[in-house]
Amino acid sequence: MIEQVVFYLFSGVLVFSATMVVVMRNPIHAALFLILAFFASSAIWLLLQAEFLAITLVLVYVGAVMVLFLFVVMMLDLNNVTSREGFIRYLPVGISVAVLMVVAMGLVVGSDYFLGDRYLAIQQFDADHSNTRELGLALYTQYLYQFEIAGAILLVAIIAAISLGMSKLKINKSINPDKQVFVKKHERLRIVKMKAETKKGESEA
Amino acid sequence: MITLPEVLSLSALIFCISIAGIFLNRKNIIILLMCIELMLLSVNMNFIAFSHFLGDIHGQVFVFFILTVAAAESAIGLAILIVLFRKKKTINVDDLSSMKG
Repeated sequence: MIEQVVFYLFSGVLVFSATMVVVMRNPIHAALFLILAFFASSAIWLLLQAEFLAITLVLVYVGAVMVLFLFVVMMLDLNNVTSREGFIRYLPVGISVAVLMVVAMGLVVGSDYFLGDRYLAIQQFDADHSNTRELGLALYTQYLYQFEIAGAILLVAIIAAISLGMSKLKINKSINPDKQVFVKKHERLRIVKMKAETKKGESEA
Repeated sequence: MITLPEVLSLSALIFCISIAGIFLNRKNIIILLMCIELMLLSVNMNFIAFSHFLGDIHGQVFVFFILTVAAAESAIGLAILIVLFRKKKTINVDDLSSMKG
């Protein structure tokens, strides 16, 4: 009973914050509501006994990806750029597509296949059961190659993001002795004709 | 006791909200990226629900990989966005189409 109350509470928070992400005008507010959505869904994952992934969602998504989003939104200074022309124009299309998909998915989810007692036999784990240990066992034995490929993907992402970000940056400040030798006097030195300077008191006297 | 159809309908609802968001905010690339993150979240929730109700850990391994790829995707997407904004001074999708197609 208490499980259901908690589930519906966080589901309400999740649906509300997802809707706010979609309709918010300011990208910063949208990003903050997306963070709220991640927290709510992490709570739901905890209810479903996926503890490691719930913590990972908070650490990786809220801690890294959403901070990156907020950095970019604030760096780009979009206050005068963001417009929502077409929001009203596409409102009927968007809502009708969404309703259509809700109906279609509701037909699938509400079918007898999922409603029976088929999926009710859940094993509730004890308090000392370690989800992390079980996931690690699967990752480092059966999915070892896939795990390494995931690491390679992250490496590629790091390199790509850095090289895209610093494309115009010039780090190398060394001089070129080849050109330095051939410098002529008139390229560097300029002789200007001017009156001789005198002290203020002397010129008046 | 939570049942499987409840979790599945929650994630279907989130997915549909984010699809509507892609239709409504088609001018603003940042909101589009956020909607894609929401879609990935709902798919992950499906995986975890089935993993819980079938008593099978492999669904959670899939979620792990999806999280990895999604983090890489959003990092590269935001880097491309910054380069685009530096060059064009806008993130409006309509101003970014320079090909005559």
